[in-house]
Formats: sequence, C-alpha cells, structure tokens
Amino acid sequence: MKLAVSSKGENPDSPLDERFGRAPFFIVYDLENDTCTCIDNKQNYNSPQGAGIQSAQNVVNAGAGVVITGNVGPKAFQVLKASGVKVCLAEGMTVKEAINMYKQGRLSTAETNNIEGHWV
Amino acid sequence: MNIAIASGKGGTGKTTVATNLAFYLQHHAKEDVALLDCDVEEPNCHLFLKSVCLETKKVILPVPSLDPDKCTGCGKCSEICQFAAIACIKGKVLTFPELCHGCGGCILACPAGALSEQEREIGTVETGTSGKIKTVYGQLRVGEAMSPPLIRAVKSHAQNGQINIIDSPPGTSCPVIQAVKGCDFVLLVTEPTPFGLNDLSLAVEMVRVLGLPFAVGINRSTIGDEKVREYCRNEKIPIILEIPEDREIASMYSRGRLVLESLPHYMEKFEKLYLQLKEVIPC
Repeated sequence: MKLAVSSKGENPDSPLDERFGRAPFFIVYDLENDTCTCIDNKQNYNSPQGAGIQSAQNVVNAGAGVVITGNVGPKAFQVLKASGVKVCLAEGMTVKEAINMYKQGRLSTAETNNIEGHWV
Repeated sequence: MNIAIASGKGGTGKTTVATNLAFYLQHHAKEDVALLDCDVEEPNCHLFLKSVCLETKKVILPVPSLDPDKCTGCGKCSEICQFAAIACIKGKVLTFPELCHGCGGCILACPAGALSEQEREIGTVETGTSGKIKTVYGQLRVGEAMSPPLIRAVKSHAQNGQINIIDSPPGTSCPVIQAVKGCDFVLLVTEPTPFGLNDLSLAVEMVRVLGLPFAVGINRSTIGDEKVREYCRNEKIPIILEIPEDREIASMYSRGRLVLESLPHYMEKFEKLYLQLKEVIPC
C-alpha cells in the first residue's frame, strides 16, 4: 500500500503542507518496501480552479490508498472517496513524522471534507 | 456604439457615471440610449433609473451529462477539460457542473458518445425601460461563480444605431474583460487615492492589452492627492471627467436618486463628457 503526503518540499524531511489541493509536492511512501518518491504538484499550485480535483487525480494515479494532509475540501474529498482513498489528517510536523504516526495508528481518519472549498 | 464604464477598484462611481451619463444622453442630447448593467453580481443601475421590467429571460450554460452505460472510462473528457470540471479516476467519470465553463470540449472528445448537453441555469437577464432609456441587466444566481456567459447575454442586447452604455463589474478579471471586450471606448473611473491609483494602473494595463481606446474619469476629485493626475500625465491618458467630493451627491445616491435629477448644476460636467466622447469616438 502507498501513502501520499502533501508536502512543502521534495523529500520526507520537508514540512507537511496542510493544504491538499495547493500543496506543491506529494511524497508517495510505499509501506511494503519502505521507499519514497516525489510527485510534482506545482501545476495545481497555480491553477485558477479545480486544484483539489486535479491533486486528487494525481495521487490516485500514483497508486495511493491513503492521503495524509491537513485539510481537504468537498470536491477533492468526493474524488478521493470515489476512488476508495482514505484521508488521514495531520498538521505541524514533517512528512516523515506523519508517516511514522500513521504506522503507529495515531492519525485520525476524515469521514468527510473538513473544510469548505476556497475557490468560491 | 458601445461605451464601457469600468474601474479597477470597486466603489469609485461607475454606476453613478453610467446612470447619469445615460440620463444626460437621453434627456438632453436626445440620443437613443441603452444602459446594459454587466455588474451581474450586484446590478443596481435599474434602481437609480427606476426601470420598469418588461421581460425576464433565463440564461443557461450547457454542462455535460454522463451516460454511465456508454462510458468506457478512457479519460479523454478529463484530459481536454482546462477547468478540472470533469475527472476520470480508475475509469470512473465525475462531473463538477459548477466548475464547467460550457465549452462543450468533453462532449466532442468522448469517442463513446457517453456525454450529452444538460442545461444549468446561471441567472436571468431582465430587460425593461426607464422612460426612453432601454435598460438591461443580468442577475447572477446566488452562489454562482460563472458570470461571463451571463454578461455575454446582457451584452447581446447592444444594438447598432444607439449608444450602449456598459456598466462593468469592478476589477480586471474575466467578468470585466467580458464586459469591456469589443467596446468602442472605455471610461475608467477612479478616485485620487493610493488604492484608486493602484487599481487604475491595473485597469490601464488590461485595456492596453485588449487594445481599446480609453480615458480616465476622477470621482471625488477634491479628496486625496495628486498622484492619479500625475500618473495620467506621465502615461498620456486624458482625464475627461472630474466630479468633486460632494455630500449632496452621496446623499442623493443613498436615496437611489440620480445626481442630474436633483443637482442640475452637474449637467455641465456631463455635457463636457458627452462632447469629449463625441470627439474621441467616431460616430
């Protein structure tokens, strides 16, 4: 299984980005073989609308089964839910710390979007 | 002939200028006038002109409707959409009608014929009259973000052989561009304050990119500083209207009345504006 963590930088020591749709990067961590890859999400960072939807498509296409981020809006959540991707919430830590917290089962799962969309 | 009244900053007096100019043109210059209020999120020209509404027409946007039985999950619809209004994940298509700009690209791109047009109402266009002035305004549905198609519908009422005054929304984004596009002249209304200057310079950049002839009007011209005039001098932009700060104008405005109806000494200002407009715009 793979985790996708919204990140401010390109490696696991970067701070977790609390924004999902507008995160510049996603760190994708493979639980089975303990490896990390980075997805560039800057295209959505600058998009006028639909950043959450596009970001959700990006992480789904990367094969993630779980997303770890700070906030997810309604449309991004809808796409993630339709793809069967679980959303876990974390804030104020690095990507690596968030992954470790997830492994220890200490992150809460979001049952719905925890914020409203920003674009309206 | 289409004259747009626009501004970078909101609250500078676009509506005051647009409504009083329309009044002047009809009552004093005896021109055929239509006032098209393109500030569809907050149309208010009709309140000042006491328009009588004659017709209300729904404006719809074509958005995609999916037939899941025909969909093969190829994702071509999602690839072509520039607005993230249609997503294809793991072969499953999701549509977001509120993000759709109604271009129809996804319907053309779908090889399986699984998408068809569905109508989504974005607002209404109200046409009416105020004496001999033809008034048209758009009313965007509350919560709707897609105003350009509605602005287009309001502007479709502009007719040749009359002066169409287009009251634009504030700012410099898509709705404003939709409102000023194709106009023969743009009057940028500003105020002589740092905010007024900053937003005026953005609006000037916009009309220059669009290649439209324009001039500046300064409202509340006796407050603030000289920076707007200095800027116009340096940029060689003519200032063709100045309305001073006047408590009486504010008082009339707050009661929904026209300046020219209650304060006739301002007639001269609008006469000058009319003469200058006639000079710059070939009739």
